[in-house]
Amino acid sequence: MTTRMLGEKVQRVEDDRLLRGQGRYVDDLAQGALEVAVLRSPHAHARIVEIDVDPVLDVDGVVAVWTYDDLTGPMAEPLPLLIPHPALTHGRTQHALAKDEVNHVGEAIAFVVAEDRYVAEDAVSRIRVTYEPLPAVVGVEAARSAEHLVHEDVPGNVAARLEQATGDADAAIAAAPHRLSLDLEVERSASTPLEGRGTVARWDPDAGRLTVWSSTQTSTGVRAAVATKLGLDLGQVDVITPDVGGGFGVKIVHPWPEEVLVPMAAMALGRPVKFTEDRREHFVSSAHERGQLQHVDVGFDDEGRLLGMSVQLWHDHGAYIPYGLIVPIITSTQALGPYKPEAYKVVFESLYTNTVIVTPYRGAGRPQGVFLMERTMDAIAAYLGRDRAEVRAANFIQPDEFPYDQRMTFQDGRPLVYDSGDYPQLLDKLKALVGWDDFESVRQEARREGRRVGIGLACYVEGTGVGPYEGAHINVETTGKVKVAIGLTSQGQGHRTAFAQIVADELGVPFEDVEVTSGDTRRMGYAVGTFASRAAVMSGSAVALAARQVKAKALRIAADALEAAEEDLEIVDGHVQVRGAPASRLALGTVAVLSNPLRYAFDEASKLATQFTVGNPDKPPVEEDDEPGLEGRDFYSPERSTFAAGMHAVVVETDPDTAEVKILRYAVVHDCGTLVNPMIVEGQIHGGVAQGVGGALYERMAYDESGQLLNASFMDFLMPYVTEVPERIEVDHLETPSPLNPLGIKGAGEAGVIPSAALFASAIEDAEGIPIRRMPISPSELYDLRRKAAENAGSVENAGSVESARSEPVETKESR
Amino acid sequence: MPTVSFRVDGVDHTLDVDVRTTVLDLLRERLGNTAPKKGCDHGQCGSCTVLLDGRRHLTCLALAVSYDGAEVVTAAGLGEGHADGLHPVADAFLRNDAFQCGYCTPGQVCSAVGMLDELREGHPSHVTEDLDAEVDPDDDELRERMSGNLCRCGAYVGILAAVRECVASGGEA
Ligand code: FES
Ligand code: FES
Repeated sequence: MTTRMLGEKVQRVEDDRLLRGQGRYVDDLAQGALEVAVLRSPHAHARIVEIDVDPVLDVDGVVAVWTYDDLTGPMAEPLPLLIPHPALTHGRTQHALAKDEVNHVGEAIAFVVAEDRYVAEDAVSRIRVTYEPLPAVVGVEAARSAEHLVHEDVPGNVAARLEQATGDADAAIAAAPHRLSLDLEVERSASTPLEGRGTVARWDPDAGRLTVWSSTQTSTGVRAAVATKLGLDLGQVDVITPDVGGGFGVKIVHPWPEEVLVPMAAMALGRPVKFTEDRREHFVSSAHERGQLQHVDVGFDDEGRLLGMSVQLWHDHGAYIPYGLIVPIITSTQALGPYKPEAYKVVFESLYTNTVIVTPYRGAGRPQGVFLMERTMDAIAAYLGRDRAEVRAANFIQPDEFPYDQRMTFQDGRPLVYDSGDYPQLLDKLKALVGWDDFESVRQEARREGRRVGIGLACYVEGTGVGPYEGAHINVETTGKVKVAIGLTSQGQGHRTAFAQIVADELGVPFEDVEVTSGDTRRMGYAVGTFASRAAVMSGSAVALAARQVKAKALRIAADALEAAEEDLEIVDGHVQVRGAPASRLALGTVAVLSNPLRYAFDEASKLATQFTVGNPDKPPVEEDDEPGLEGRDFYSPERSTFAAGMHAVVVETDPDTAEVKILRYAVVHDCGTLVNPMIVEGQIHGGVAQGVGGALYERMAYDESGQLLNASFMDFLMPYVTEVPERIEVDHLETPSPLNPLGIKGAGEAGVIPSAALFASAIEDAEGIPIRRMPISPSELYDLRRKAAENAGSVENAGSVESARSEPVETKESR
Repeated sequence: MPTVSFRVDGVDHTLDVDVRTTVLDLLRERLGNTAPKKGCDHGQCGSCTVLLDGRRHLTCLALAVSYDGAEVVTAAGLGEGHADGLHPVADAFLRNDAFQCGYCTPGQVCSAVGMLDELREGHPSHVTEDLDAEVDPDDDELRERMSGNLCRCGAYVGILAAVRECVASGGEA
C-alpha cells in the first residue's frame, strides 16, 4: 500500500537547494547582462519642465537612456488598469516613464542601461531635470479635504465611491436599545519581501522570441502585459518565474514600469538586460497597503447582538490605482467575519494621495476589516460589561446555517456566500488553548507582582481561492517520472512539495517520482496567479483533477495490456495491478510507452510501442477521441470563493514605565479545510503572525507633509527580527472541508496576519484600560494615551484608576 | 584598478576591482557565487552574511580592497567535509522548517555558524548579564545573537529551534 501523503508533514523538496545557496532568484541569473538604474522623482507632486540627459551619454559604459519622449506605441500609453470596476469612475494609472508630471516620490522618470549597476547609477546622477513643484496631498485627511488635487481632472481626489447594504442599517441602529460610535485608523505598511522586484529579459533575434524572467506572483499576467506593450504575439513571449524571495502581495501587481522597459531595452539593444530593485527603490516605487480611516455606528441588544451596523471607510490608494478597488471591497465585505448583523451598510471612498500606490499586502484589506469589527465587538462588551468572547459568540453564524449568504458582493463580483465552518467550536478551542476563562487569576497574580498584563482575541473569516481558474498539466514519462506543471508562481510556499503530495496520492505514485514546475508560461500558458491564499485551493484542485485524468487513462491502457477489467485495476507505487493480485503488474512508465504508438524505436522500452507490436490492425493507432501520451490536463474554476476562518488570542504585558509591549503567549486556532501539509501551513501561520506582530507594533510608513517617505530603509522601517516574535506560537487546527472543491481545501497563506491589529489592540486595551482606536501602536503612543487618560480621569474628578477606565471606554454612546 | 586575491569556498581567485566594489558584489557579480544574497545593501538585513576569515560578516558593507587575501566561506561552501555535503547547522535548519522562500537562508546559516563559534569562544552579547561567568546560551542569548538577520517570511520559530538544537548538541559547527 502506498502511504497517504495528503495531510503529512512532508519535508519540502525545495529546501535542500535553497539551504546550500543554490536558489536561483532573478538577480542570480544572466551574469554579465547589461544593468539598469532608474531616475526617480524626488518630489511628491511636480510638473516636469525639462529633462536633460546629454551629460549621461558621456559616461563610459553607458549604453542607452530612455525618457517618456523616447517611448512609442503602446509603451507611450498609461500602464493598464488591471481590475476595472463599474464604481471606479476615475481610474488613473502611471506611464512607464513619467509624462509631464510626477505624482509620488520615487516615480520613474528615466531609464539608464549600462555595463554594470555602478556605472548606471553614476549616469543617473548626471541627468538634470527641471521641476515645477506642486502642492502634495498626503494622508487621508488631506485627500478628503480636497484643498489640492492629485490629478487635476479627478474632483475631490475620489477615484470611486461604493456602497453596499443589506437591510436598513440606519433604521435598525436608531431603533436599537444601545448604540455606539467609533472612529478608527489603520496606518500604512508594506510587504517588503527580502528580495525586491527584479526582471531579466533576453531577445533572441534568430527565433524572434523574447524570454523574460521576473520576480512576480503572476507569470501569465506579465507575459500578456509584455506582449501587449511591445506589440508582440503572445506566442513570441515566454515568462519564467524562478525562485522568488517572498512576495506577500506586492509582486501580484504587473506590469511594473521596469517589467516592460527591460524587455523593450533587451529587444532594442540585442543584449540581455537586468533590473534589480534596491531597497530604497522598493520603499518608494513599489507598493504599500493598509492606510484607512474608519467610522462605525452600531446598534445592539442586551446580549451584544448586532442589530444594525453602518461603516464608512476612507481608503488611501496612493497616486494611481492599477489594482482597482480590491482592497477596500475586501475590507467592506470581510469585516463581517464570522458574524451576522441583522442589517449592515458599508460605504467607502477610495482616495488619491501623492504617495506610493496601494495594492494588496498579505491580508489585502482584511486586517482593516477585522480591526473595525473586532474593535466594535470589544467596545460593545465593555459597554455592556460582558465577556468579550461571549459577545462574539452571541453573533456567530451557527454550523447548521451553511452555506451562509451574507447578501453582499465579494471582490470577485460574486455573492458573499460562506461555504462551511464551525465558529463556536473554533472559539471553544481557542479559549481552551489560551486559558481564556482562567485569565482573571493570571491577571491578579501579575498585579500582585506589580506587573500589568492583558489578554485579547480576534476572529476572522477569509475568503480564499478566488477564481477565475487555475490549471495543471501532468505528463508521465516513459521512465515513470511524473512531470507536473502548474501555471501559478511560488514565493516560498512549498508548492512543489504540496502539489507533489496531491499527485502522489491521486495517481498512486511515489512522492519522489513527482516533479512540479510552477510559473513557467512555456509549460502552462493559462493561469492567473498566486494571491488571495488561492494556490492550494485552485492549483491543488486542478492538480487533483488532472491526476485523475491520467489515472483513468492509465487504467484504460493497462486494462487492454493486462486483459483485465478497468474496475479491477488499481495503481500502487507507480504500478498498475489487478486489485489483490500484484503479481501481474505494469509499471506506469510502460503504460506511458504503450500510450504513444511509435513508428521508430529508439531504445528497448520504445520497441514495445512500435507498429508491429501494439494496436489492433483494424483500428486507427490513436482512437478518434484519444491522444498519444499518458497525460492529463485540467482546470479548476469554482463558482465562488471558499471561506477559511480562524481566531487568535494573545497575552501581553505592558511595561508600567516605558509602555513597551511584551508578548507572553500567542495562540492560534485555524480552519483552512483539508490540510495538505501541516508543516507548510504552520510555517505560513508563523510567518503571518510575525508580519502581524510587525503590523501591530512596529511597521508604518512615515510620510512628512511634503510627501517624503522618511523611513525608507530597513534601519528606519521597523520589522520584527527573531527578537520581536513570540518564541512559541501555540496552534490548534480544525478541519471543516470545503464542499466546493475536490479535496476540501480552503487556503492558509494570509491567515496569520489578518487579526493582528485587532488582536493587539484588544490585549493592550485590556491591560491598560484605555481604548485603543488606532494601530500600529508604539510605546511612545501608548505612553501618550496613558497621560491623556490620566488627565481625562483627573478632569472628571475620578482618581483615574486603571480599573474604572477599563469598564468605561471614552466613547460616544447612548442607551435608552 | 587594484588587484585583490580571495580564497572563496576553497578556490583561489585573483582579480582587478573597482575600488568601490563590495565583497558581496565581488562574490556575486565577478565570481558568480550567488549564495550570499542582497536584501538591502546597507548592512540592515544580514542576507549577505558569509564567514570572512572565520567570522560572520556583512559583505555588503565590506569593500573588497580592504579584505585582500581573505578567506571566504559562503553557504555554498559550508558543507565541505560534512556528511552529504550538508553542514550540521544547515541540517538543523532543514529539520526545523527554518525558512520559506529561502532568500535569507544562506545568510542565516552562515550567521548561525559564526554565532556558535563566538559562543564557544565565550564572547558576550548585549544581553549577557555576567561578563565574567561562562555565557549561558538561553533563548534570549540566542535571539539577541541572531537579531542581525531579517526573515520577512517570518520563519523565526524554526530558526530559533534550529539554533537551539545546535547549541544543545554541543554547538558542533
Ligand atoms: S544585504 Fe548586506 S545586510 Fe542586507
Ligand atoms: S525564508 Fe524568506 S526571508 Fe527568510
